[in-house]
Parts: sequence; structure tokens; C-alpha cells
Amino acid sequence: MAEYQENLGAIDDASGGEYERTPVPKSKLKGWKSFLGMYAGEHAAGTEFMIGPLFLAAGASLQDLIFGLLLGNILAILTWRYIVAPIAVSSKLTLYYQLEKIAGKNLVKIYNVVNGILFCFLAGAMITVSATAVGIPFNVSFSVPDSIFGLSSGAFSMIVVVVGLVMTAVAAAGYNTVSKFANIAAPWMIIVFAVCGISALSQMEVDSWNSLLTEWDKGINVVQSINGKVDFGFWKIVIFSWLCNAAMHFGMADLTIMRFAKDTRAGWGPSIGMFLGHYMAWICASFMLAAQIKLTGDISANPGAMAWSVVGWTGIICVIVAGWTTANPTIYRAGLAFQSLFPVKSKAYSGVILAGIVATAAGIFPSLSGKLLDFVGLYGAILGPMGGVIFVNHYLAKKMNFTQDYADKKETGFNTTVLLAWLIPVALGLYFIFAQGLFPAYAVIPSWLASCVLYVVIMKFKKS
Amino acid sequence: MKILKLVSGLSIVVLILLVGIFSFLGKIEVTTMKMLMLIGTLLWFVTTPFWMKEQE
Repeated sequence: MAEYQENLGAIDDASGGEYERTPVPKSKLKGWKSFLGMYAGEHAAGTEFMIGPLFLAAGASLQDLIFGLLLGNILAILTWRYIVAPIAVSSKLTLYYQLEKIAGKNLVKIYNVVNGILFCFLAGAMITVSATAVGIPFNVSFSVPDSIFGLSSGAFSMIVVVVGLVMTAVAAAGYNTVSKFANIAAPWMIIVFAVCGISALSQMEVDSWNSLLTEWDKGINVVQSINGKVDFGFWKIVIFSWLCNAAMHFGMADLTIMRFAKDTRAGWGPSIGMFLGHYMAWICASFMLAAQIKLTGDISANPGAMAWSVVGWTGIICVIVAGWTTANPTIYRAGLAFQSLFPVKSKAYSGVILAGIVATAAGIFPSLSGKLLDFVGLYGAILGPMGGVIFVNHYLAKKMNFTQDYADKKETGFNTTVLLAWLIPVALGLYFIFAQGLFPAYAVIPSWLASCVLYVVIMKFKKS
Repeated sequence: MKILKLVSGLSIVVLILLVGIFSFLGKIEVTTMKMLMLIGTLLWFVTTPFWMKEQE
């Protein structure tokens, strides 16, 4: 995934940090095919090792998984193509500058910090993933406690701290090297994901579609005999796979990438990456858990142990690399978001260090990574609605006769209309998620639409 | 560079992907598969940075 994404840095680097406050010039624009390659590496990341097995652990049937992911990924690609790409190609601005023009500098700072905190939890989950692999050679077991803030063994927590600190130190030194390493590792990682799935099939002694279904159903029965019956049906899979990257498409974070596009065909860019990472990799990773359940009866999604079991040392390296190349840029980006909290004279890496410490602290609690399906939905539900404001500002402001790029035109640093249009849907969404037990991904589209409507209504009411 | 590119291509296609498929088909022992995959991995990371850097 999502999760994202980590190789985004590649295009930021390619721009050398330029054009952050100006439209990208024609000479720097890229054809749509360059986006295919870039997104291909981006969606095969450490999170895939965690998310794939969670489908089986949640009780999803194999047929629902195969067809649900297919439809969900197609919907996600269409969202990039028809919601993000037209705005990115037309304005050629980063998300942050676009948002600054509408919401004002100070509100963007708040958005950045919220984004940074969510990034830290994502990075924390990836530190946990890497630690599961690092622990294998040292025979350190990994258990997921029942309570969200429960700890695993002391030795595992120590490994998390060491892995987290190393990642933080590397991120603080700048992430160019990691970004280059991620590009080198991406094709290898995709192939290893595929072989993990093939080898898991072999471990399950699958020789036909029917025998695969039987083994899958046995796996679900074992999980449900321990965890109780849960339901993760077709439409839940569709919605999850469509919206797990909602912050990037509905939330418009990928404006920052697609502003380099020559035309709107760049919106098709995520297609190969989505089907490699959010289809093939998720399904292969889920096979690893099915194989583990068959061999050991262990239902915990432990990426390190599963990869070790199916492909040995290559699997261990793959889990560490996948976790590292995902966590590192995430810590770096969270650090940039936090930097605004520090005095101007403070060291450039202060924000990264803070982000690394928060991410490492989050990584110590393995249940957080076990809740990744909920977390990525929550991520989209919180950041997605801001994309609704951008959408309305782009398409409806002139037609409905209210001020486009309000903060820029009125020279204000804080547009309260944007704050209300963002916070009210998010608060309602969070209420339904935490108080009513709504699956977080379900909150994304209602929040996004509510944000659009609220922004129009308040702007018209204010006669802005 | 062409040779390096060829070596890294073969390392993941033959030593990782094909070996995985052969193991699934029962033509290769699991321990042999794991060893060959590790060799493929090492080859990939030794050779790829050179031609990728050149391409950039």
C-alpha cells in the first residue's frame, strides 16, 4: 500500500525540492508511462506483509478476496484517474501549496501535524514488521497481546527499540540513500512476494483450485475457533481496497506527484503498482498465513516467521527491507511535518528525531500493527475530507460564485470555513468509528462528501 | 553494463521466480530452493546498483 509511500520521495528528489510554490514548468513534465514505473515500486511495501494475512485472520473467503480486491483496486485506479489527475494536471501544484492557497498557512500547519502523527503510527507498524524478521535469527518469539497497548516479550520490545532507533538515525541523515535503495529493491521484492505465495501453496500441498479453497476454509475455521466468528465479506473487501489509499486519492496527497504529469493519463499510473502490491502481494501474503496455520496452528500474522518458513533467509531479508524502505521515508516525512513545531533555529533533524521516537514507541505495541486494516481506513477518514475541499475549490467555486483559493485572495493565514468543512465530518466519522464500531474505511466517502457539501454551504452562507 | 543487467535479470527471474515454480512443481527440494533464492538475492543486490546508477 498504502501505506504509503514512500518512494514518493523519488519524484520529490527528482524535482530537487523545486516548484514547491510554483507550477511545474512544461520542460519538467513527464509522460504517463513514467508514473507506471514509479507507482509499481510504491505499492509493494512492508505493509503488504501485514495486510494480506489480516484478510484471512478476519475471515474473508478466498473468492470474496479475489473478486473484491479486483473491483476495489479498479475503483481506486479510477479515482486517481478521474479525481486526482485532472486537478493535478490543471494546477500543477503540490497538495500543501494548493491547500495553503485555500486554507491558509496556519491551518496547513495543523493538517501537517495530524498527517505527521498518522505517519508515525504507520512507521511504527513497519518497525514492528521489520523487528519480527530481525528476531528470527535470535529465536525471539513474537506474540500479539489482546489489549491494544499490551506488550510482547521483553526481548521483542528491545529489538523494536533498536530497529526503530537505527531507522530514525538513517532518516535523520536524509533519505536519499534509502530512496535509491528502495528503487533497487522494488523489482526484487515484487518477485519475492510472488514466490512467497507460490511456496506457501506448496507448503499447503495445494494441487488444484478446490484443494486451495479447502485449505483456506480450514484456515478460517481455525482462526474463528480461536477468535470467534467475524465477517469480512465481499463489499467490505471492495471498500477497504478502494479506500486504503484514500488519503492519497480522495485526500489529494498525490497531487504532489501527479503535478509532474503531461496529461491526465498519468492517473492510470497506479494501475500496475496496485495490482502488484494490493492484489498479488496481499493474496500471496495471505497464503503464507494459511500455510502457517496448516503447519503449526499459529494464527498470528507474524511476517518474519511466515516469510522465514516459506523462503528462508530471502524472506527474512525481504521483510526487513520492505519494512525499512517503508518506515524510513515515512519517519522522514512525519519529521518534516513536525519540524514546524520546533523553533526556527533548531536543528533540521529535530522533527525527524521526534517522529522516530513516536514511531518507535508505537512499534513497541504489536497490536497496533495487527489493527492495520482499521488504521489505514482511519487514515483515509481523517485526511480524505481535506481533498473534498480541494475538489470543490477546483470545480465548483467559480460555477457557484464563491471565492476560489480563498486564503490566497483574502491574504488570511487561517480559513475557518475549511477547518469546519474538515473537522465536522472527521469528528462525526470518528464518533461512528470509535463509539459505534463502524469499520473505518466505511467512513471515508461519507466524510469526503460531507466535507464538499459543508464547504459549499458555508462559503455561500458567508457570501465569500 | 549489458552483462550486469542480464545477470541481475536472470538472478530474479531464474534463481528466484523459476526456482520457486520448480519447487512448487516438486522438481527442486525446498532447501535447495531457499539456497538458490538467497544466491539470487545476493546477485541482484550486487549487480543492480551499477546499471541502475548508469541508467539514472
